[in-house]
Amino acid sequence: MGSTVATSVIDVSKTFGQDKDQVTALDRVSVDIRENEFFTLLGPSGCGKTTLLRLIAGFEHPSGGKILLHGEEISHLPPFKRPVNTVFQSYALFPHITVSENIGFGLSMQDKPANEIKETVAAMLKLVQMESLADRRTDQISGGQQQRVALARALAPHPKVLLLDEPLSALDYKLRKEMQIELKTLQHETGITFIFVTHDQEEALTMSDRVAVMNQGRILQVGTPKEIYDHPAERFVADFIGDTNFLAADLNQSDNGRMMVTLPGGRTVETTQSDFPGAGKVNITIRPEQASLINGPSAADLSGTINNVVYSGNDTHVHVMLESDEPFVVRVQNRGAQSAQWESGQAVGIKLEPGSVQVLQD
Amino acid sequence: MLPKKRFSVRRLPGFAVIAIACFTLLYAPIMILVVYSFNAGSSIAVWEGFSWQWYSAAWDNEMVQSATFNSLVIAIQASLYATVLATMAALGTTRTKPYRGQTAIYTMINQPLMVPEIVTAVALLICFAVIKQLTDYQGLMYLVIAHTAFCIPFAYLPIRARLEGMDRALETAAADLYATPWRSFRQVTLPLMWPGILAGSMLAFVISLDDVVITEFVKSAGQDTLPTYMLGQLRRVITPEMHAISTVLLVVSVVIVSVIFILNRSKN
Ligand SMILES: Nc1ncnc2c1ncn2[C@@H]1O[C@H](COP(=O)(O)OP(=O)(O)OP(=O)(O)O)[C@@H](O)[C@H]1O
Ligand SMILES: [Mg+2]
Repeated sequence: MGSTVATSVIDVSKTFGQDKDQVTALDRVSVDIRENEFFTLLGPSGCGKTTLLRLIAGFEHPSGGKILLHGEEISHLPPFKRPVNTVFQSYALFPHITVSENIGFGLSMQDKPANEIKETVAAMLKLVQMESLADRRTDQISGGQQQRVALARALAPHPKVLLLDEPLSALDYKLRKEMQIELKTLQHETGITFIFVTHDQEEALTMSDRVAVMNQGRILQVGTPKEIYDHPAERFVADFIGDTNFLAADLNQSDNGRMMVTLPGGRTVETTQSDFPGAGKVNITIRPEQASLINGPSAADLSGTINNVVYSGNDTHVHVMLESDEPFVVRVQNRGAQSAQWESGQAVGIKLEPGSVQVLQD
Repeated sequence: MLPKKRFSVRRLPGFAVIAIACFTLLYAPIMILVVYSFNAGSSIAVWEGFSWQWYSAAWDNEMVQSATFNSLVIAIQASLYATVLATMAALGTTRTKPYRGQTAIYTMINQPLMVPEIVTAVALLICFAVIKQLTDYQGLMYLVIAHTAFCIPFAYLPIRARLEGMDRALETAAADLYATPWRSFRQVTLPLMWPGILAGSMLAFVISLDDVVITEFVKSAGQDTLPTYMLGQLRRVITPEMHAISTVLLVVSVVIVSVIFILNRSKN
């Protein structure tokens, strides 16, 4: 992956309103987005994703901090002077002009020569497979088609960075899946840096090179989808991305310098993590698919009683109440007769895969 | 199972009777007026056969000609100025950051809708009397200014409605696509608010064409508009010539209001 930075967000804060009504939408956010990367901002509603995007586009001005584009500060530039384009959540297509004119709008505002505009528009129409609808008005095409036009319109001026604010949220499930792949391909083909906003963790994991998980105006963790999934730094991240179990545990350094986690019930497992909140009481998280059920407590890391077995197609979720009175879910693949052997009320042991214990920062 | 009957005012006893009575009261006089404008005789009560004679009489009447001319000159100018001002006011009240006193300004723009017309008329009369003394100017401009003033809210309301119904993201998108504020206005805002501007100007035109009270107060001798001329005539003998003029005014108004309706429907 190229390591040049496309956009730097440095210590950016944004507050709305005054005095009592003040809302902090972003709280000292810093992140570097690399050139050529598919970067996703992921977080629940109201966490400040759109605000960060609008700051990069120039629709809002930061209350503090600065934003660089290829090393140059752009915080003071109005949106029409920033080489950055946006795909809006509502698409915001111009209803009074045709599909082609929409796509050519940016170029004609840049006063590009007519033949160049024509060529680029034709190429864009081809790219998003909309050639046959070039002369339609934008209110006479379907939602998926509008989405493509919005994409083509934003790509036509070949921006340095493309911002996409939940562009797929208005589409139905099947179309959304198709567009996810198309977007990813498009990013690859054009080599433009994409900053993509979503609150759908699955979408974020499948599409992104890197993901920033946000909550309450802060970026909690930045990393590849695998890093984020396997090594969530905080409870919020672990909880937001996929299903997981949380347990209280003790962290101690053993005599030979290794970090050992004492699980509820007394077993200790080693962790190879390098970033620790410090020894003592900690929270740990374990993914349901990284644990397995065994009969009898002898070789088990945790033990308890099954209180629910939930079948869900590919796999079965076995809900166990641990002896420490904490709930724990184990995901069992529905291959062979494996899942059939577990029933409510049964006493079981839980075996953890090596490296499955993740110590959280909070 | 039958769908549950919901309460409907239409099923109240006597609803139909009252509705018909109201519509009759509203439209019968107008229908009679239109019918008698084609009366061959000079009575407004006795039908003596069909003829266009009162239309041609009105057409040839020099007083009517001059009043029509005044009406048109005033209405065209007043609706034009009112529309320009109303457009700027609408942009100023919808396309700016919320500021203190915005509601006060909104109320002030719509002042002519709330202040009794007679009060505005007297106020303008006094104001213009002073100016007349100072400048010695006697022309139609006083009427144009007066009409512009009370036409502004009528032009303003449809334009504002149009702007408020417009997705703000469109202007944001234009800015995102390298349009300077001026080009964004020219290429996006103006074309999209155009039906509102047309509707507003037409409404202002009709309102100006129709005004009696303020015109009656502000006009100088010989500055009759059609409505004030008609008012003057009615004090003497009523002939179907009045019916003919009224019918023409009616047709003009209905046509314009229909156009406004169609423009507003084309919203989306
Ligand atoms: N113009 C504004 N005025 C006041 N508060 C605002 C404004 N824009 C955003 N906020 C507030 O800032 C916070 C972050 O909003 P933002 O739109 O960035 O959230 P988001 O992460 O995009 O959420 P969603 O997923 O719902 O789109 C919210 O609490 C919101 O209420
Ligand atoms: Mg948002």
